[in-house]
Amino acid sequence: MHVSVRIQEDDIWVADEYRALRDRMPGTIGAIATFIGLVRDQQADDEVLSLTIEHYPGMTEQSIHTIVESAGQRWPLDDVVIVHRVGELAAHEQIVFVQVAAGHRAAAFAACEFLMDYLKTDAVFWKREATPHQTRWLESSAQDESRARAWKTPDPTEQN
Amino acid sequence: MDIDVLFFASLRDVVGAASISVQLPVPAGQRELLAVLGERFSDTVMQALQAENVRISVNKTLATQPLSYSDGDEIAFLPPITGG
Repeated sequence: MHVSVRIQEDDIWVADEYRALRDRMPGTIGAIATFIGLVRDQQADDEVLSLTIEHYPGMTEQSIHTIVESAGQRWPLDDVVIVHRVGELAAHEQIVFVQVAAGHRAAAFAACEFLMDYLKTDAVFWKREATPHQTRWLESSAQDESRARAWKTPDPTEQN
Repeated sequence: MDIDVLFFASLRDVVGAASISVQLPVPAGQRELLAVLGERFSDTVMQALQAENVRISVNKTLATQPLSYSDGDEIAFLPPITGG
């Protein structure tokens, strides 16, 4: 499995990531699933001006690699790219990019969702949200925790 | 021995610094570290550092109790994380 994990302040160029994958992908790949997460402009009836994302260099990358390894043990994946931005991002900007290539779509779709669910709960990032009224540090929501927990029960798309 | 102590996100705001260097006796664990930090920081800061949802990493690996520190270690206080 080819794995690329990158943390960057720069924007994410989806076409470039897809092109790079197509250039290196073996003939066995039959499905590519991608996900892009954006900064929402509303949160609980308040306008969101920006999101500032902080990480712990070294530990953050390792935490993401651990999540990718878990996905690789559950599904037969050929290629995983995760790009996560840090710094101050305005509403509507791209935060995160996940790209999964596999032999078949079931694995690609499921692994893409699994990776996002665990990025929410297990990746070492902190987010500070700024609204016109306040700034506050965010925590993963009860819904995020429950989505990640749900993967602990067996899934029919898994390889085993 | 000397160790570096890092504070992230909300804890950096509370502490007012991203990192500090502290001298600990040998041997030292979490109790000795908290004692040294307690001499430097207010009760409010110490309560924040010891909140139930704060995790500790040693040299960028999540640590489990009991902790035992070595010279040159990088200890970090991590408030609840969320990515994506």
